[in-house]
Amino acid sequence: MPIEVEGKTIETDEEGYLANLNDWTPAVAEAMAKEDGTELTDAHWEVINFLREYYDEYQIAPAVRVLTKAIGKKLGKEKGNSKYLYELFPYGPGKQACKYAGLPKPTGCV
Amino acid sequence: MSDVKKFMYVNRKAPYGTIYAWEALEVVLIGAAFEQDVSLAFVDDGVFQLVKGQDTTELGIKNFSPTYSALGDYDVNKIYVEKESLDARGLTIDDLMPLTYEDEDDDWAEKDSIRVVTAAEMAEILEQQDVVLSF
Repeated sequence: MPIEVEGKTIETDEEGYLANLNDWTPAVAEAMAKEDGTELTDAHWEVINFLREYYDEYQIAPAVRVLTKAIGKKLGKEKGNSKYLYELFPYGPGKQACKYAGLPKPTGCV
Repeated sequence: MSDVKKFMYVNRKAPYGTIYAWEALEVVLIGAAFEQDVSLAFVDDGVFQLVKGQDTTELGIKNFSPTYSALGDYDVNKIYVEKESLDARGLTIDDLMPLTYEDEDDDWAEKDSIRVVTAAEMAEILEQQDVVLSF
């Protein structure tokens, strides 16, 4: 299902993940979040940017367990737990945050 | 989930000619979620999967070699490389990507995941496994 961002049509797969990872801009994340009824705050962006950096380095979207641990290490213990991440991304930090970050669905995520 | 089993993934093929190497890596990452005792073996042309400086630009295929560096994050830190396979291809451990993990029981000290073993040692390691999956 394609989405409209800043006058451009952007292809996504049937679950809303970007068809082409290079199509991503911050506006794409905003548009996807709006569709889910979520307002992106700095706290959301921290996680989204972290995921983009992780993908850039390792070429995969991390499993949620790995994400949680890595966030704790990078952004502090109070953020490296499922409760914090699920409050930000109630559909699942792996699935939802990776989608906004323009990454594929995490490997092993069903 | 009760008892932890020893899972060994054996990689025998070069990375990009076939899909085996990438599929094996995906299975390892998925399997890591089940908190089993996971180890990887690289033998024959499989040792090429770990060679540093891979460039797939001309192939038009995604270079997935950086993903091996994420294995430590997934608590996969026993990576056995067969010495004879390296020797036969003119490679040494210095030609391989440095793969590390942080040891939770040792104040998160960074340690090497790769261990070069002889064919005889590899046979012994394989002998100890509950499940061996060959790619």
